[in-house]
Amino acid sequence: MIKPAVVTIDGRDVAIEGERNLLELIRKAHVELPTFCYHSELSIYGACRLCLVDVEGRGIMGACSTPPEPGMRIKTSTAEIREIRRITIELLLANHDGHCPTCPKSDNCKLQALARRMGIETIRFKPRQKRVEVDNSSCSLTRDPNKCILCGDCVRVCTEIQGIGAINFAHRGSQAAVEPAFGKKLGDVECVNCGQCAAFCPTGVLTPKSEIPAVWRAFEDPRKKVVAQVAPAVRVALGECFGLPPGEEVTGRLVAALRAIGFAAVYDTSFTADLTVIEEGTEFLQRKTKGGKLPMFTSCCPAWVKFAEHNYPELLPNLSSCRSPQQMFGSLAKETLPQQLGVAKEDLVVVSIMPCTAKKFEARRPEFTHDGVADVDIVLTTQELARMIEEAGLDFKALEPDSLDMPFGFYTGAGVIFGASGGVSEAVLRFAAEALTGKPLAKVDFLQVRGEGGLREASVVIDGTTVKIAMVHGLANARHVAELVKAGKADYDVIEVMACPGGCIGGAGQPIAGNGLARKARTKGLYDADKRLPLHKSQDNLFVTQSYQEHLGPVGGERAHNLLHTHYHNRRPSDEGELQKHETPAEVRLQVKICAGTACLVRGAQKIAHAVRGYVEEHSLQNMVDVRMIFCSENCGNGPTVMVGDRVLPRCTVEEARQALDEELANHT
Amino acid sequence: MTTMQARSPDRAEQLATLRAILERHGRQPAKLIPILQAVQDEYRYLPEEVLSYVATALGLPPAHVYGVATFYAYFALEPKGKYVVRLCDGTACHVKNSLPILDALRDHLQVDEEHKTTADMQFTVETVACLGACGLAPVVMINGQVHSRMTPEAAVQLIEEIRKSEPAEA
Amino acid sequence: MVAKDVLTEAEPKIPHVAGRRIIVCAGTGCKANGSEAVYEAFLESIAAAGAQVAVEFKSEGGDGEVSVTRSGCQGVCSQAPLVTILPDTVLYMRVQPSDVEEIVAKTLVAGQVVERLLYHLPDTGAACRGAKDIPFLNRQTHVVLREVGYLDPENLQEYLRLGGYEAARKAFLQMTPEGICIEVAQSGLRGRGGGGFPTGRKWEAARQRPNVKKYVICNADEGDPGAFMNCSVMEGNPHSVIEGLLIAARAIGADEAYVYIRAEYPLAVKRMKQAVADAEAAGFLGDNVFGSGLRVHCELKEGAGAFVCGEETAMIASVEGQRGMPRPKPPFPAYSGLWGKPTVINNVETLAQVTRIIRDGPAVFRQVGTPTAPGTKTFSITGHVANTGLIEVPLGTTLGEVVYGIGGGVTDDAGRLSKDGFKAVQIGGPSGGCLTPDHVNLPLDYDALRGVGAMVGSGGLVVMNQQTCIVSIARFFLDFTQRESCGKCVLCREGTRQMLALLDDIIAGRADATTLPLLESLAHAVQKGSLCGLGKTAPNPVLSTLRHFRPEYEAHIVQKRCPAGRCKALRKITINETKCIGCGACLHKCPVNAISGEKKKPHRINLVACIKCGACAEACKFAAVEGV
Repeated sequence: MIKPAVVTIDGRDVAIEGERNLLELIRKAHVELPTFCYHSELSIYGACRLCLVDVEGRGIMGACSTPPEPGMRIKTSTAEIREIRRITIELLLANHDGHCPTCPKSDNCKLQALARRMGIETIRFKPRQKRVEVDNSSCSLTRDPNKCILCGDCVRVCTEIQGIGAINFAHRGSQAAVEPAFGKKLGDVECVNCGQCAAFCPTGVLTPKSEIPAVWRAFEDPRKKVVAQVAPAVRVALGECFGLPPGEEVTGRLVAALRAIGFAAVYDTSFTADLTVIEEGTEFLQRKTKGGKLPMFTSCCPAWVKFAEHNYPELLPNLSSCRSPQQMFGSLAKETLPQQLGVAKEDLVVVSIMPCTAKKFEARRPEFTHDGVADVDIVLTTQELARMIEEAGLDFKALEPDSLDMPFGFYTGAGVIFGASGGVSEAVLRFAAEALTGKPLAKVDFLQVRGEGGLREASVVIDGTTVKIAMVHGLANARHVAELVKAGKADYDVIEVMACPGGCIGGAGQPIAGNGLARKARTKGLYDADKRLPLHKSQDNLFVTQSYQEHLGPVGGERAHNLLHTHYHNRRPSDEGELQKHETPAEVRLQVKICAGTACLVRGAQKIAHAVRGYVEEHSLQNMVDVRMIFCSENCGNGPTVMVGDRVLPRCTVEEARQALDEELANHT
Repeated sequence: MTTMQARSPDRAEQLATLRAILERHGRQPAKLIPILQAVQDEYRYLPEEVLSYVATALGLPPAHVYGVATFYAYFALEPKGKYVVRLCDGTACHVKNSLPILDALRDHLQVDEEHKTTADMQFTVETVACLGACGLAPVVMINGQVHSRMTPEAAVQLIEEIRKSEPAEA
Repeated sequence: MVAKDVLTEAEPKIPHVAGRRIIVCAGTGCKANGSEAVYEAFLESIAAAGAQVAVEFKSEGGDGEVSVTRSGCQGVCSQAPLVTILPDTVLYMRVQPSDVEEIVAKTLVAGQVVERLLYHLPDTGAACRGAKDIPFLNRQTHVVLREVGYLDPENLQEYLRLGGYEAARKAFLQMTPEGICIEVAQSGLRGRGGGGFPTGRKWEAARQRPNVKKYVICNADEGDPGAFMNCSVMEGNPHSVIEGLLIAARAIGADEAYVYIRAEYPLAVKRMKQAVADAEAAGFLGDNVFGSGLRVHCELKEGAGAFVCGEETAMIASVEGQRGMPRPKPPFPAYSGLWGKPTVINNVETLAQVTRIIRDGPAVFRQVGTPTAPGTKTFSITGHVANTGLIEVPLGTTLGEVVYGIGGGVTDDAGRLSKDGFKAVQIGGPSGGCLTPDHVNLPLDYDALRGVGAMVGSGGLVVMNQQTCIVSIARFFLDFTQRESCGKCVLCREGTRQMLALLDDIIAGRADATTLPLLESLAHAVQKGSLCGLGKTAPNPVLSTLRHFRPEYEAHIVQKRCPAGRCKALRKITINETKCIGCGACLHKCPVNAISGEKKKPHRINLVACIKCGACAEACKFAAVEGV
């Protein structure tokens, strides 16, 4: 008999069964080694120095980066290792903004948990004095660098899983920081707001931006009527915040909770998911049969849409023009509910409950605001809703289930599986199959499009027509497929893209899962919900049909188009010839540009820049004024050149620059 | 004394230079560091717009390019002076009292650790780990030229000599 | 500089001497002290004296000619610029252009020496005619440096005449990769860049990886403050490094080579570039190396100012165009390095040694050094020592021989020999440790040094006299490593910063009984737990000075006193009552009103208020202010 290869861990033999590193093996032996920077889905980084173990004959090594070898003898908790770990945590705490009670991550902070686990009660090292401004520029995320422990998880998820790299390490040594390019703000760069950085962040640096106060305010306003739409993925994850297992569907209690908090009506985004299926399915069939642009990319994921706008503007015509279910709901709600609920349009407040941080950004896209009224007013993540339920003092588990309001609370199984990767494809297939054949579909489950892989393909033959589908999650995978399409090497009809791992169920607004098991359970929860429902095809949703009859007109018609479709923008930095990036700043600030061409520099541009920046800081004008050095204003003879708003000041002095700034600010505000 | 040439401010020419640098390195992302070195040699520093342009041209995220540019001490994201004065603070120079020279230079030019460049963009004062001229410690390098066995007074005098050789700017 | 032919018809006054050469040192040190001007002066002066001067670097230097050439560093950098005259073997120091005419007249024409330009022994003052008489030079064993200082580094032909590229030719045409690895392993060569890992074993590991692309990298990113050995080798004999790199490529089966060179060494960069170009032109690098059909391409990568890039995995990241942040090992670069392919990284000196080993055989290499550390090692000796410069000695040479025999003894702050002045030596740069007079008989080799908490490192050797404050020196090195930390792992990034803060407390008189124990446990954690070599060795200067000079630390902490009198914050400035006449000059100058006293009566300093600026001492005409 061959003896299995084993590693001796703290005196116990543990068999090696394909574990990639000692950390996995040690965890298999039920020893919970601490770590910040190890994630099985990311590359090995080895920076947090917490998973150190003592390997006999080799000394202290990082478990995450050492492959197991037969015969190794390992100790995981010697006095020496415990002291190193303590010191490591103390060093981090000394450099950390420790205002824990007011931190959004206080219930879920790994640093706090480890400090407690190691019994750290004093910090022997000097606290960091320097404080950095909190970045609130993004609609979706808050970034507080004062809490960063530089584990790099956010950088790696953004680069490796999402293929973006909007944030990276900058500077070095004790100055090292994670920042967007040029120290800009998150809202001003190519971040797509997917929030996966926040999902991976072990502390409270990156967190979904809270809109809870706006909801409470709306409840307080007697003129307002506040209604909710709840996305499919929320119902199988919210329970986790209240001690229920992942994947347990809690729709009934969720509705009860929302009513108890103060919502006048509770609807379901699954309804507009059904609507999306009809619109998008019809769009696809038209493209397929009438020679339109194929492959067609789905457009329900706002992170993917922004990603495409930044990186693949040439593929924007391939994106389905359908709005996402959230935005279809918003436009339909603002179109029909004021009359139905007896409220003025501007007093109807539509609140979305979403698994997603990018939905916050989507709701603020200018295309979705008409005459100053946004289709969706407020977007809450699953996490935020849980916090509101806690704040209201509700015992969630004990709530009596309630039912959704009609008509927008009615949905089929096709709508509810939208929350899992492959769900949109399957729902569209259920529609397209009947549309193509004109016969009722006997078997609604298309198991070939289900699965966990980040890049899956399926071919479905319907009545002699082959439909080739690719399903991707993770934007790095999307980039891969988009490159194939660009190169003409992709032979797909439909490409479903979801930014987050596993689809919306793995969204960054969901309770922090920590591992893939929760995602798996949530996915199963959605497919089980589909099974339990009486209807499985969007075209069977009678209220959808009714909506077309009463409000939308014919499918694919002009009115439906105006309310349910949208268009996209090229956000790519412009090509050669012009060096400036076309990024709309989060707010419209007064732009002060100081030429840093050689001629201007020699004549004191730097001095002016120092002075103007100082002036801006002194008067706390940072939110109103951007001061930038630009490369060359081509006005060298009259340097130094300063531009304040639209005014060009040749041969500018510090005084003139300040005066112009004051004048322009007065006009500006 | 080698001095850096004042560059033509013509934008089209600058773009052409930039493109030539990129072409010379085959637009390979792996050549990012040599490209940035060439850009800095050309412009004396790495202007933000130029870095964005390099990022786009190489297909790299701007944050990556920024991360690399801020990692290496050689790169400056703020413009440097016409004369870059690098004081060696290697061990040999340090034990032979290099720090008083640094203090004297900073005092004289009114610069400090944060603001290394004079307001008139003539001088930048930096420290460098070791210039490999330990036998001559302490040393100061000005635009690539090594000056040996420095004292605070001699260093200040060097600066003054350069000042005198410079035509007065309007 | 443009070389110009200076020929004259006038009757030569300089007698013909076979093989006469004048070598002007053109190392960084000498160039900085005006050796180019000296070189020019020789050209003019000899032409004026009527000799035929060959200044072409390709010159054979035959009869009837005087050849004036430039060389790499001759080692005695403290006496720059140096001029050597062959075959007379006269070595002149601190030569200025104004001395040249005299040298030509006296030495070349009349065959006499110019006494005042010779080296004089620091102790007896006796003049030394040439290298053979100078202990600093004659007590060394030059292998890597053998031709450095005599060879024209920009002349491939000269290198070839001395047997250059024969070793590489043999490696490519006569030896198998396995055979090369065996010879290098037999030589017992250990890496000269830091850790001292056996080179043969490193190569063998990479060689055994089958059928994949492989790389070799020459680590020329010598960044230790106070070390310039590699700089001198590259400036003085660049082809010996390229040749070693070629042999390494052949040994492991690599077809791409990089030289990662520190950009702060402009002359070394220039000479290495030239050497690569010349080797390519000669067919030693390229698609068909020595006609073997094998390809090796070599590219220079200039560093961009990051000490950590001397660490293998950080260097690889930097070559790939990334931030130079180390990654965990394993996997070691020999298995997965540049672009994930097997990669061997060797330091400049290691490669130069390889050239010798393959040329002369491993037995010759082993003739000097110790059984576990054979061969020679270069050190740069600087600081408070009579002779500073570049030296090469067998491994195992004692510290005493280096400091006293070669270095000529320890000097005080004014540069005078000081018999009891030896306080400590920092060896191995900021990653190394310190040695004391107790270690004068310690052999300098990998294992002996490791045994006392120091390391060979790259070979920087800084001598410190009694006036040096050991805590400040530890702080200096730590300040360096913490500034150069890449910031990736917690222990190095935060740990070195906090260690520095603790040392600052000690120096500023803020430390208490908890400071040293905390400093020690923190240093231990950083040493054991950091990700890479930089972090793991960063605490060495602190731990080793604590080991040898603990009382000096305690004096700072307990008595608030700096025994060397260097720490400003701990100075106790007092007024000598017997000298003070009460003129009030100090009282008026004191910026913080810490001085009080009635007119014509001795004044006093309030030590609590005193900021130790020393303005009082400057103002006092009677030297009554003491302790500044």
